[in-house]
Amino acid sequence: MATAEKFVGGGVPRKEDPKLVTGQATFVESITLPDMLHVAVARSPFGSAQINNVDLSAARTAPGVVATFSGEDLADEWAAGLPMAWPVTEDIRIPDHWPVTKDVARYVGDAVAVVVATSPSAAKDAVELIEVDYEVQTAVVDIPSALADDAPRVHESMESNECYTWTHANGDIDAAFAKADIVITENYVQPRLIPSAMEPRAVVVQPVPAAGDFTVWSTTQIPHVAKVLFSLTLGIPEAQMRVIAPDVGGGFGSKLNVYAEEVLCIALARRLGKPMKWVADRSEGYLATIHGRDQLQEIELAATSDGTILGYRVKLLANMGAYLQLVAPGVPLLGGFLYCGTYGGEAYHFECTGVFTNTTPVDAYRGAGRPEATYAIERAIEALALEVGVDAVEIRKRNFLPAGENVPSPAGLAFDSTNYEENLDKALEVLDYEATKAEQADRLSQGSTKLLGIGFSTYVEMCGLAPSQVLASLNYGAGGWDAATVRMLPTGQAEVVTGSSPHGQGHVTSWSQIAADALGIDYQDVTVLHGDTHVAPHGMNTYGSRSLSVAGVAVNQACNRVVDKAKTLAAHVLEVSPDDLEFEDGKFSVKGVPDRVQSIQEMAYAAWTAHNLPEGTEPGLEAHCVFDPPNFTFPFGSHVCVVEVDTETGAVELLRYVAVDDCGTIINPVIVEGQVHGGIVQGVAAALFEEATYAEDGTLETSSMINYLVPSAAEFPSFELDRTVTPSTSNPMGVKGIGEAGTIGSTPAVINAIVNALGHLGITDIAMPAKPERVWQAIQDANGDAS
Amino acid sequence: MKPISVNVNGFQHEADVEPRTLLVHFLREQIGLTGTNIGCDTSSCGACTVLMNGRSVKACTVLAVQADGQSITTVEGLAENGEWHAVQRAFHEAHGLQCGFCTPGMMMASVSYLKENPSPSEGEVRLALEGNLCRCTGYHNIVKAVLTAAEEMADASAG
Ligand code: FES
Ligand code: FES
Repeated sequence: MATAEKFVGGGVPRKEDPKLVTGQATFVESITLPDMLHVAVARSPFGSAQINNVDLSAARTAPGVVATFSGEDLADEWAAGLPMAWPVTEDIRIPDHWPVTKDVARYVGDAVAVVVATSPSAAKDAVELIEVDYEVQTAVVDIPSALADDAPRVHESMESNECYTWTHANGDIDAAFAKADIVITENYVQPRLIPSAMEPRAVVVQPVPAAGDFTVWSTTQIPHVAKVLFSLTLGIPEAQMRVIAPDVGGGFGSKLNVYAEEVLCIALARRLGKPMKWVADRSEGYLATIHGRDQLQEIELAATSDGTILGYRVKLLANMGAYLQLVAPGVPLLGGFLYCGTYGGEAYHFECTGVFTNTTPVDAYRGAGRPEATYAIERAIEALALEVGVDAVEIRKRNFLPAGENVPSPAGLAFDSTNYEENLDKALEVLDYEATKAEQADRLSQGSTKLLGIGFSTYVEMCGLAPSQVLASLNYGAGGWDAATVRMLPTGQAEVVTGSSPHGQGHVTSWSQIAADALGIDYQDVTVLHGDTHVAPHGMNTYGSRSLSVAGVAVNQACNRVVDKAKTLAAHVLEVSPDDLEFEDGKFSVKGVPDRVQSIQEMAYAAWTAHNLPEGTEPGLEAHCVFDPPNFTFPFGSHVCVVEVDTETGAVELLRYVAVDDCGTIINPVIVEGQVHGGIVQGVAAALFEEATYAEDGTLETSSMINYLVPSAAEFPSFELDRTVTPSTSNPMGVKGIGEAGTIGSTPAVINAIVNALGHLGITDIAMPAKPERVWQAIQDANGDAS
Repeated sequence: MKPISVNVNGFQHEADVEPRTLLVHFLREQIGLTGTNIGCDTSSCGACTVLMNGRSVKACTVLAVQADGQSITTVEGLAENGEWHAVQRAFHEAHGLQCGFCTPGMMMASVSYLKENPSPSEGEVRLALEGNLCRCTGYHNIVKAVLTAAEEMADASAG
């Protein structure tokens, strides 16, 4: 019997879990092929150096070594350099980026040579024997020094270290500032972060030399996109390339790329005719996998005397690192429309300059541009509140965009659906704002050394990358659609083939829920196939919180098409018109004659045997859908955090964390909450713990998990989550993305809370990460000023 | 090469290993048990956690030769007679995993800890798992899973 229960909206336990909790998953590192060789990469220890000579002779004769190559030796392998798909301006400077550099090393970690050996340890040991004659140059590792007049250039051939300048304006910004009673100017630093997915990157390549075919298993978020780009980089016909993302252990943007080691392993497999494998050590990954953030922000708000914002002016400097990885220049643009947050106003001006430095390339890390934008506006609005002399909640309510659909934002976008005030009120209720404020006042008046701070962040973000035409107007190099094929199997189960490529998000579960409801079959009868370009040939993959609102919607629509076809078959069998049928719980019944019934499973069988089909109907019960939404989705929410600041040590403890998010219609509340939990921790980590730093010579000081502080369970409380549900108008399901919202919303809430705890001392800012010594120092300085 | 004899998940394995071979590499590459993951090279992440004589160890900090004569349990050996361990069930039911990469280590650490402290508080669980990093879940549901497992195990032994 088809179940009457609806799966969408229920927290069904995940289908992904059984293999993962029993050790039966297939991560790339676990893939071993007969006759497989192992690749290790020699990397520059210098931030900037001329390479005079690469001596591979000792490495080549080391035990187990099969071959060694310098960048020069491999020059003929490349039909093009490593791809960059988002040239944001006409005059952007795009440097050559070879998988193995030839004459100059531009960051610590830049690949200078490779070893192929019979075991990973033989390959790594031989790397130590490579002698590179480096002529060390002065490195530039931060934005100000890279922009100095006499700065050494990261790319000799360029006139400066500026990569591009992109502007976006809406309304008359000068007029807005001219009539303002108040102008707030704030400067913030977005530290560099390391995404730190728990699974280090890895790649395995199997060539079939006689056929010219290649199968690539990679720890990637984007098997389909990568397939196209591998093909272009290597000059291998796309049809001969198969890319598989098996089980992938987290990404957060760090696996949304085409990396040197991936194309290297393909090139080496082509050259040597044998399977190749490369696995990053964590420390190697920290050098050679993209970093995130690293921006300097100036934000100005023009406001009336009661705190109503008129205009937003933003100047941003964004560190690109030494080369441009896949979407790096576009990351600041994704934030470039959101420096007005959830608030109104009449004018907006945003300018961003990308800057080259001798550091690991920076690219999309969870939130990609939107956490930075949200941080700036959510901090700046609190500065405005102080200036106007109103509460953090009041200033927000005075400026919120109205609740509604397709609401125009000051930056010129149309927000699909908004409901900010009700959402914030819910968070205040969960928090019990008045009681928390009272306790805060008590502690302060009693002279406690453990002060409370309450911090807000009422964010909106844009995701679901998304309408292909809008992406084209931003010069993005790919579409924003995604694809699904749904087929009923003759035995009554359904196969869903999706273009998304999950790596922790639970698409197999959520897509099963969607398909089960749409087809009226059991959740267990749905199988979801993904992540293998031979099995799921069409897809734009998983990043930018796009999977549900694009690929998930495609699944739903393909299911609807399957039902439509099944209906014509049922009508044929029942000898009625399709219009006379109703469909419920997987059954087609004649209206008013409930016992004249055909199930969708029976129609699947009938379509397979094809013995009795209506005239002109093809056999099979299958449909394909490519969905390209008309707009982004704009999830929003209110995050409130309560911290306890120890004024004697500067230690900050998170006492409570309330998050009320709105991602429209919910498919699986348990998965949604999981995404929010994980997002919060990454965002809080940026506020309190994590920061990648470079020494002046270009050495990454935080080069391992010992000195880059990925927080553990001990640093957090459990979170208090609630939600409002305001369906999106960007897709027929009303869904929005939730993968990045937690990270986007949380960081400013934490810093706002710390500043709120110390406001009575006149402290108005604490740089991230707010480590105890920083907080303590700010308190000392404030006390010094006061005395 | 050094000969060792290790009991893994109830099976005795005789093997010759290089003295520098880490237990985690021995398990993954020599015995072919790939459920134990490697997340770092600084003993920081706990992805490689297994049980040695019932107590959790990071298999990247133990040499294979140190496991000679010992008994090791990996994630593949956690279920008994096809029946999942309470900790496995709880991780599944409480959505204590997303990508699942940290999960084997996280569960082994939890199993070991619950033997030491069968009825921990939330705060104790958080401290006990300090050596195991997860980048996906924000720990919220991992902690919930461990507390649920503790309750279930208490109920089972009471019943
Ligand atoms: S692999 Fe990270 S602690 Fe063992
Ligand atoms: S579930 Fe992905 S690292 Fe823990």
